[in-house]
Amino acid sequence: MTEQQALYKYCLRLGDNALVQSYRLSEWCSNAPTLEEDLALVNFALDMTGRAQALLTYAGEVDGNGKTDDDLAYRRGEREFCNHLINEQPNGDFAHTIARLLFVATYEYLFYSELMRSADERLASIAAKVVKESRYHMTHANDWAIRLGNGTDESQRRMQAAIDALWMFTGEMFETDAVDALLRDKNIAVDLGKIKPVWMERITEMVKMSGLSMPEGAYMQSGGLKGIHTEYLGHMLTEMQYLQRAYPDAAW
Amino acid sequence: MELLEKNEKLQDKASGSFEAKIERDDAIEPRDNMPEGYRKHLIRQMSQHAHSEVIGMQPEGNWITRAPSLRAKQILLAKIQDEGGHGLYLYSAAETLGISRDEMIAQLHSGKAKYSNIFNYPALTWADIGAIGWLVDGAAIVNQVSLQRTSYGPYSRAMVRICKEESFHQRQGYEIMAKMMSGTAAQREMAQDAMNRWWWPSLMMFGPHESESPRSGDAFKWKIKRSTNDELRQKFIDKTVQQAEVIGLKVPDDQLRWNEEKKSYDHGPINWDEFHSVINGNGPCNKQRMAHHKKVHAEGAWVREAAEAYRLKEEKLN
Ligand SMILES: [Fe+2]
Ligand SMILES: [Fe+2]
Repeated sequence: MTEQQALYKYCLRLGDNALVQSYRLSEWCSNAPTLEEDLALVNFALDMTGRAQALLTYAGEVDGNGKTDDDLAYRRGEREFCNHLINEQPNGDFAHTIARLLFVATYEYLFYSELMRSADERLASIAAKVVKESRYHMTHANDWAIRLGNGTDESQRRMQAAIDALWMFTGEMFETDAVDALLRDKNIAVDLGKIKPVWMERITEMVKMSGLSMPEGAYMQSGGLKGIHTEYLGHMLTEMQYLQRAYPDAAW
Repeated sequence: MELLEKNEKLQDKASGSFEAKIERDDAIEPRDNMPEGYRKHLIRQMSQHAHSEVIGMQPEGNWITRAPSLRAKQILLAKIQDEGGHGLYLYSAAETLGISRDEMIAQLHSGKAKYSNIFNYPALTWADIGAIGWLVDGAAIVNQVSLQRTSYGPYSRAMVRICKEESFHQRQGYEIMAKMMSGTAAQREMAQDAMNRWWWPSLMMFGPHESESPRSGDAFKWKIKRSTNDELRQKFIDKTVQQAEVIGLKVPDDQLRWNEEKKSYDHGPINWDEFHSVINGNGPCNKQRMAHHKKVHAEGAWVREAAEAYRLKEEKLN
């Protein structure tokens, strides 16, 4: 694997995570518990779409095959997607969406804070923008986790169920492979081993502040990096890529 | 005694000043004295307007996950976010009249409050997203520009702010249509089909002729309304027909003709039977839109309760 190939894959991973999150968040449109929350989640979806655009555009440029962000988003199959499984899981109830946001936004805040120092200038500049959004997403998730965890019996029960259910997908966020190793050597990729303990500490703290208990010893799911997904991704892509599949020659 | 007299005098002055203010084209503000009928009329109109913004998120939301490019998705998300923001802004403006958002939503659910009839039609293809932005927002702008001069201050200010965003929506919708009209045969067909389905309902958005519009007398007297439904409709037709022609779309009205004398278009008869039928609940999506709003509201109850319970606990602690 060359550095160029590794960088292409690295950008795809980050871009796919943003794209898949954008899809799930946008499903909350007209479905949130309040109009204010509807707008907040749509806004996060908007952030994620912009992020996907920046990262997939760069991936295409690195690859050098003239692929645009849209080619990569709309004309790849599910085995070619390399997002983390947690991001493709269905939204579930509002507590599940908040639990995911808590896990993922905390991760992304730490991740992109590090990526800002990447030796790759383009990634560093994308990260500088993303980190601000992630901080905001994380704060939003924290606020809700505390409110739901300490709200009513029902909200506490739902919030606990949500973190328990999603826990087994959190380990994958810290998995590394040859792509990471190669790019770590060049100071391009983030050292995931470094952010893992910080993430764990922050999540443990938030779970405690929310009056909840940490999930215990779940087996960690894996597969996203290799393009082996849960069954949900295929349906997502079927819907997302509907117009490209039905009218392959059309431009929109 | 003295105080009472003073009070009455003040009130006299205030009630007298309502008509005077209207006469002088001064804005009426929340604390000003106003006739009960004026307040009620505004609550009805502004809550309907707010509900329309919110219910309108449903047909457009129907295409978010299928938006055909990342850019298209961003534009659509931002538009829907604007519309929700308009809803929030209008709910707050209506609250200055002494009604809460909860009450307005309850009235929507009971059927007492309405929303724009246009959203009882389905968004079937991607071209519908273009047609909604171009025609529906285009019609809304004509109405809302006129409402910028409405007599109630908070409503008028809401319209000024909202109109700026609406013109973006209209342009972006038109851009979708233009792009499809310069695309493949299938895309052109899709665009024309959307035009055929949305044209007449868009004309109906302005409401029936004034003679058949039950409450319009008061609305004119109180300067809530400044132009007749027919005047606004004509304005919309005149600016839209040429836009259609430029990109090769046919307006689905065989009787549409330029009238050199009045310098505007004559159009064919509007099917008001359909309009009344849809308003009375027989549109393709009336039940779907309301059922969805009620379901989401009910499903979100535990979240709102939790937020309230947490707020009360915090209040006790501090
Ligand atoms: Fe609007
Ligand atoms: Fe609009």
